Amino acid sequence: MTDIQIKINNKTYPTATTPSIANLKLSLNSNEFICLVGPSGCGKTTLLNIIAGLDNDYDGEILVGQQHTHPKIGYIFQNPRLLPWRTVRENIELVLGEHQSTDVIDALLEVMQLTQAQHIYPERLSLGMSRRVSIIRAFAVDPEVLLMDEPFVSLDAPTARQVRALLLKLWQQRPHTVLFVTHDLREAIVLADRLIFLSASPMQVVSEIIVSIARSERGNELAIESFRQQLLQNHPEIKQLL
Amino acid sequence: MSLLVFLAIWQGLAVYFNSHTLPTPEAVAKVFQQACISGQLPFHLGVTLLRLVVSFTIAMLLGCAIGIVLGRNKKLDAFFDNWLVIFLNVPALVTIILCYVWFGLVESAAILAVVINKLPNVIVTIREGTRTLDQDLLDMARCYHFGKRKTLVHVIWPQLHPFVMGATRSGLALIWKIILVVELLGRSNGMGYQLHLFFQLFDVASILAYTIAFVAVIQLIELLILKPLDKKALRWRR
Repeated sequence: MTDIQIKINNKTYPTATTPSIANLKLSLNSNEFICLVGPSGCGKTTLLNIIAGLDNDYDGEILVGQQHTHPKIGYIFQNPRLLPWRTVRENIELVLGEHQSTDVIDALLEVMQLTQAQHIYPERLSLGMSRRVSIIRAFAVDPEVLLMDEPFVSLDAPTARQVRALLLKLWQQRPHTVLFVTHDLREAIVLADRLIFLSASPMQVVSEIIVSIARSERGNELAIESFRQQLLQNHPEIKQLL
Repeated sequence: MSLLVFLAIWQGLAVYFNSHTLPTPEAVAKVFQQACISGQLPFHLGVTLLRLVVSFTIAMLLGCAIGIVLGRNKKLDAFFDNWLVIFLNVPALVTIILCYVWFGLVESAAILAVVINKLPNVIVTIREGTRTLDQDLLDMARCYHFGKRKTLVHVIWPQLHPFVMGATRSGLALIWKIILVVELLGRSNGMGYQLHLFFQLFDVASILAYTIAFVAVIQLIELLILKPLDKKALRWRR
């Protein structure tokens, strides 16, 4: 895996008078789990779309290692965006290259507990299962960076907790560089190696904080809450971003 | 049941009026049987069906391709929009006559006339379908580098399916009516030519026998091809 540098000098929408993103620099270390935390509408999805190559109307550059290119990405959207007319397995197979082995799908389905559901259509899946399929699809392409845009936002708390735990299990088995967008500070602390707090209009980095809780302690609610309290106390500037 | 009621009413009216312009169902059945045995009906029905298949295939393939392009490209759509409206409203008879005048009373002119009449209809239907494509799914396909062929087959085409089926059904209904006029005006075989002949002879029983045969074939196409296609394409729905 390679480090990725993102530099966006200016991103202004054609109808807007002020830039959405200005002078933003992000450095993603290989296999690092980064959570981007910022207020609604601050441009987090725009940033992910730029990295994904869906939005090319910006001034800046993306470096994968020393190469000026877009990284190979796996994108987990807010809405899973599964093709309703293809089964779970077909949805995953479609993102693989023509000569790529499909063995990886079996392994991923097993970790995400979806082996039994692989031949059914997305309309028959629960919300949590759909999210898990979109996670498998993103991991299946073996991306250089995994983009996740508030993937658990519409799930109830127990389901979100379950899918989050499965995501972490998968990520620990198959480490990848992750950019995870969320509003939820607790969720960010549970998942991330590093937190990046972003301001709005234009989007800029306000703080970068390393999550010092050991991975084995991430299930401990007390440890998470204590870290959160400490964070808010030591970094009052992030309160207005939540 | 409704068919039996229809036949009973027909029989009653035919007996009541006792006119050769309204033959009984039995008389029509006899004519139908004789036309089948002589080979006349299968031959002319086959010729018309062949014209239907050829013109329908050309109109659908061209119409789908142009409809998708116009639905995805606003500039091209703005350029051709008025022309589409014009061609949608040109009377079928005018294009048929012009094709025969310009290209002669030949098979290709007949097919061309049918295609020109159907094409704008398909383009408009598919263009509307393309405008409603889910941009989120198209973005997903771009992210995962589906490429053009994969995107068309797995993302765009399934979304266009209801529009394609709509264009198919309305197309079959429209095309066979136009083909009869095309045959009546400039061909020496086919259902249209035969109906014209029967009209001159005031042979209503033959007109009804040929019409029933053609309607039955269209029903068979619906039952044996279109319905199973629908069922297969929509099997993912609850």
